[in-house]
Amino acid sequence: MTDSKYFTTTKKGEIFELKAELNSDKKEKKKEAVKKVIASMTVGKDVSALFPDVVNCMQTDNLELKKLVYLYLMNYAKSQPDMAIMAVNTFVKDCEDPNPLIRALAVRTMGCIRVDKITEYLCEPLRKCLKDEDPYVRKTAAVCVAKLHDINAQLVEDQGFLDTLKDLISDSNPMVVANAVAALSEIAESHPSSNLLDLNPQSINKLLTALNECTEWGQIFILDCLANYTPKDDREAQSICERVTPRLSHANSAVVLSAVKVLMKFMEMLSKDLDYYGTLLKKLAPPLVTLLSAEPELQYVALRNINLIVQKRPEVLKHEMKVFFVKYNDPIYVKLEKLDIMIRLASQANIAQVLAELKEYATEVDVDFVRKAVRAIGRCAIKVEQSAERCVSTLLDLIQTKVNYVVQEAIVVIKDIFRKYPNKYESVIATLCENLDSLDEPEARAAMIWIVGEYAERIDNADELLESFLEGFHDESTQVQLQLLTAIVKLFLKKPTETQELVQQVLSLATQDSDNPDLRDRGYIYWRLLSTDPVAAKEVVLAEKPLISEETDLIEPTLLDELICYIGTLASVYHKPPSAFVEGGRGVVHKSLPPRTASSESTESPETAPAGAPPGEQLDAVPTQGDLLGDLLNLDLGPPVSGPPLAASAVQMGAVDLLGGGLDSLMGDEPEGIGAPSFVAPPAAAVPANLGAPMGSGLSDLFDLTSGVGTLSGSYVAPKAVWLPAMKAKGLEISGTFTRQAGTISMDLQLTNKALQVMTDFAIQFNRNSFGLAPAAPLQVHAPLSPTQTVEISLPLSTAGSVMKTEPLNSLQVAVKNNIDVFYFSTLYPLHILFVEDGKMDRQMFLATWKDIPNENEAQFQIRDCPLNAEAVSSRLQSSNIFTVARRNVEGQDMLYQSLKLTNGIWVLAELRIQPGNPSFTDLELSLKCRAPEVSQHVYQAYETILKN
Amino acid sequence: MSEKHWKSVVSQSVCDYFFEAQEKAADVENVPPVISTPHHYLISIYRDKLFFVSVIQTEVPPLFVIEFLHRVADTFQDYFGECSEAAIKDNVVIVYELLEEMLDNGFPLATESNILKELIKPPTILRSVVNSITGSSNVGDTLPTGQLSNIPWRRAGVKYTNNEAYFDVVEEIDAIIDKSGSTVFAEIQGVIDACIKLSGMPDLSLSFMNPRLLDDVSFHPCIRFKRWESERVLSFIPPDGNFRLISYRVSSQNLVAIPVYVKHSISFKENSSCGRFDITIGPKQNMGKTIEGITVTVHMPKVVLNMNLTPTQGSYTFDPVTKVLTWDVGKITPQKLPSLKGLVNLQSGAPKPEENPSLNIQFKIQQLAISGLKVNRLDMYGEKYKPFKGVKYVTKAGKFQVRT
Repeated sequence: MTDSKYFTTTKKGEIFELKAELNSDKKEKKKEAVKKVIASMTVGKDVSALFPDVVNCMQTDNLELKKLVYLYLMNYAKSQPDMAIMAVNTFVKDCEDPNPLIRALAVRTMGCIRVDKITEYLCEPLRKCLKDEDPYVRKTAAVCVAKLHDINAQLVEDQGFLDTLKDLISDSNPMVVANAVAALSEIAESHPSSNLLDLNPQSINKLLTALNECTEWGQIFILDCLANYTPKDDREAQSICERVTPRLSHANSAVVLSAVKVLMKFMEMLSKDLDYYGTLLKKLAPPLVTLLSAEPELQYVALRNINLIVQKRPEVLKHEMKVFFVKYNDPIYVKLEKLDIMIRLASQANIAQVLAELKEYATEVDVDFVRKAVRAIGRCAIKVEQSAERCVSTLLDLIQTKVNYVVQEAIVVIKDIFRKYPNKYESVIATLCENLDSLDEPEARAAMIWIVGEYAERIDNADELLESFLEGFHDESTQVQLQLLTAIVKLFLKKPTETQELVQQVLSLATQDSDNPDLRDRGYIYWRLLSTDPVAAKEVVLAEKPLISEETDLIEPTLLDELICYIGTLASVYHKPPSAFVEGGRGVVHKSLPPRTASSESTESPETAPAGAPPGEQLDAVPTQGDLLGDLLNLDLGPPVSGPPLAASAVQMGAVDLLGGGLDSLMGDEPEGIGAPSFVAPPAAAVPANLGAPMGSGLSDLFDLTSGVGTLSGSYVAPKAVWLPAMKAKGLEISGTFTRQAGTISMDLQLTNKALQVMTDFAIQFNRNSFGLAPAAPLQVHAPLSPTQTVEISLPLSTAGSVMKTEPLNSLQVAVKNNIDVFYFSTLYPLHILFVEDGKMDRQMFLATWKDIPNENEAQFQIRDCPLNAEAVSSRLQSSNIFTVARRNVEGQDMLYQSLKLTNGIWVLAELRIQPGNPSFTDLELSLKCRAPEVSQHVYQAYETILKN
Repeated sequence: MSEKHWKSVVSQSVCDYFFEAQEKAADVENVPPVISTPHHYLISIYRDKLFFVSVIQTEVPPLFVIEFLHRVADTFQDYFGECSEAAIKDNVVIVYELLEEMLDNGFPLATESNILKELIKPPTILRSVVNSITGSSNVGDTLPTGQLSNIPWRRAGVKYTNNEAYFDVVEEIDAIIDKSGSTVFAEIQGVIDACIKLSGMPDLSLSFMNPRLLDDVSFHPCIRFKRWESERVLSFIPPDGNFRLISYRVSSQNLVAIPVYVKHSISFKENSSCGRFDITIGPKQNMGKTIEGITVTVHMPKVVLNMNLTPTQGSYTFDPVTKVLTWDVGKITPQKLPSLKGLVNLQSGAPKPEENPSLNIQFKIQQLAISGLKVNRLDMYGEKYKPFKGVKYVTKAGKFQVRT
């Protein structure tokens, strides 16, 4: 007698039969009928017509029947909301049942019924259940709050369930704690700013205690929650690590990985000199390796995470290479991941083993895997110089197999090896040329063509080879066409006499017969170069190529740091930050590793991103090098003039640059990297190599500042932050801050000469920026700055400069010149230096404007733990030109209505709700309305800065 | 297909993405475990020829989901004796009830089989007969005792007439041996499975002769970690019945003994439609124990049409469709080493295979833990009776591959 019989009844009138059975007097028959209904439901049949009949069975003492009916209700209540109301009374009654199992069941089921009308009735029973004497009921109720929040967030907040939930974190029962944490985490995800899980050392302690006693799933929730906490110093970090380490031995791999996440994150705060740091490193390896003996699905996720860990801390697994060796019956997705990690771990010490393995893999059956293995050999050659020769001979062996895709893949990687070690392995070119005919993939063809062009002088029949490609020029992919064009031009420059015809042919094919703009533009450039100045053409086309980097596929460090915070999550599987793929960007908060705060170590740790700096920001901060360049030309023309840069000079500069360094990239072998845009708009895209260093320094300055911004404020002189470190500027160190006093904005600079020579002839220039900030006077350093001397200068600023929106809005790019060189850096200025003195709006006007600005322009922010009361807040803000228009007291909370005006005339209106927290601190809720909503974020930052200093 | 929703209902059509991925993968085992669709993520596991797919909408740790799915499959296995389509269909209502007890709003509730069995009784023929006569139910109506105690894995009031505690130390050797017979990679995956039938609340401690071997261990939650850290003794209040006490790995840093060797000569002639196949298996580092249950599996290249072989012992089969050669050897007697040799027929005209196939070897050695791990003693506290105790050792081949 099995349930499969429920699937078989498909005859007509089934529903009627069931109806009759459901209304039967016999309990047993009733139950059988409900079972049939459930079975039909699970396979997707529509049995909603039976709703009233099933609900009628709900009032029963039989627990199994009750559960079955509940299952049915959860499924169909949504489509029959009116009917579902009928069930409410039973639910409410069941919530008071003496049996805790039934109380919990009722509250659990009610939460699953996603009907608005029902949720109203749910509140009272839920409130009781949250305080139930039985922990089983409490823990079920905690989850129910999360469910309810998903259906009706406002209701949950209004009813104060969130506070009750927070109280449950201190519950005596670890299971209740775990569920409360889980529920709060889920709610917090949809409210990134709400700060629900307000962690402090006391609550952390409670969580750590509960961690030891709750179920494995609860441990995961608690560990994930711990990972979001930032310990105040290295000692706290260490003590948390010590209590988390035992979780590494848990049988549940998700627990292990969550523990690894916490440890990886907090390790960032520990000094590497610490004994404990070494111990921790050693403890991390075994559990990670153990994950690899689990089921393949678990292995896959583990490997994706190990990939991140290995990039961040290679030392963890450096001795464990062998566990990543591929077994022939591993699923393909596991094989590919293992291979990737093997290359990351490859070093001089283990390269022989790795190569032997890779060669083995290159003869396997699976094409994708074989290709990747061949590619891996090339990557090894580039990564471990000592092994290059071995790799090349392995690749040649593989080419001898004549397996088509192996040969092609091998040629692609050999090209990279040539780039990395020029003039070393050219003896193999002959072997490569033998395989010319078998190449049918664009990438391999392009690679081969590059090789022929690059070594044209050593290949006797280079012209014939290239000519053979030229025949089907228009059928080739763009990649091959571009490469062919460049290769033939190279050939021409090397052997001009014999190849004139060929070069003309390719130039006309590229410029006249092609409709691909990239190809055409490149063709024209070559053409003009060759016709106007062949010597210059030679210099450009045959220029020294920059070295290719060792690891081209490393994850960018800031992204890596962010991903380390997401170990174990989907983000770690996709190697993308959640913001890149979580739907609608709902509730995405950027996470970053905690900065190291060990007292024993200097605070300089360039690899750590400061909290709150999203990775996109620093990328965006310096994209306009072109404009910066243009402005710099002005510098030489004399004292700074705040006007737009001369267009002509910008273009001229761009052109010079194009010839100097820009074409280097053209000569590169990565066809993707060579876009026509570099020529269409040279100043915007071409970045001369010598700009690299100062650009980098600008970046790190930006970092320093983002953390420094918090300390700046209106009328006081904030501590200066280093904007331009001496090592990046040939000995000139610049630190500074911004102030606004009596209506004047100034940039207070401190210049220090750390070089050995005297510095003179200082000048300063700003790039165009969002609010038109510009120096109002020249930078005056009266005497030459001798070595080790420091000078303080206050540079008055005006807002009459030309305006260009920057990203972020408040970033400022600065160029400083002295007798040695020109240096660049970028910085962020606090927005409150732009708040003008006449920013007080009258009441009527305020009301009208507030209503007038559409609601979607309203932004809300929280300021926690402000040490001031309402009066103090108001006066503090007033001194920074944020004016209180009106003040109201609503239900014991002070509401301030404020206005401010920016230098460019933009008004910002604010509503500030002051919630008295504990006696000495208040929590502020700030709503900002402005016609230009993008300033809101920065205004909020200004608020926070002013109030917290 | 059977579905259950915990939060808002997701349309069945989301599964189309999964079927698409399944079609794309040549082999069912190669379906990627995490698939992204425009609005959801699909996380799946493949077990016992069934796919368990979960649809997720928000950021959830994938391992969490995968572990949970495996736990679901374990539970089905435990309840129905097998985890198959037929078993799930036969017990669909129990399946539904189980899922409801295991997960609430995406949060796992009860995944310990002890607790689940108190909530929902597993089906037995006897019970369904009794139930249908008496009309009683298979759903427990009291709160499971383990749910809230600090030892959620054990229920109260356990009673046995014969009190017994048995431990199985099972070690599997994972190894890759290269052409020349040297070890590329070898490690031991060990587990200690326990079958505990003890009354009351026994508190056990298990100690080893050589606990230092165990440096990479995963514990059942019942084990007191601190005690292990300080004294290297496993101290625990056990769950009732069968469970895995620890799993461990003896890492590749230690030398791993390889109990068998294979002599092989597999060759395909150029431009001819045949090849030769010759393998011999012999004992090596087997600590004087008999190696038994040997099977050799070989995935032959696609161009192999048939194989004509003679075994000196055991029997072999070759499946011309899947190209899998299986040789059931039995046990090794050192006096006469088992061998399998003969001719391979290739598809005529096809190029000769690029590579030689790998050999997959299975074997078993009773009464031996190849790592040398030995249980010293088992003590029981907290109860007065004297239990029967026993430890069994067995070593097996795990993923044991010989490249040729």
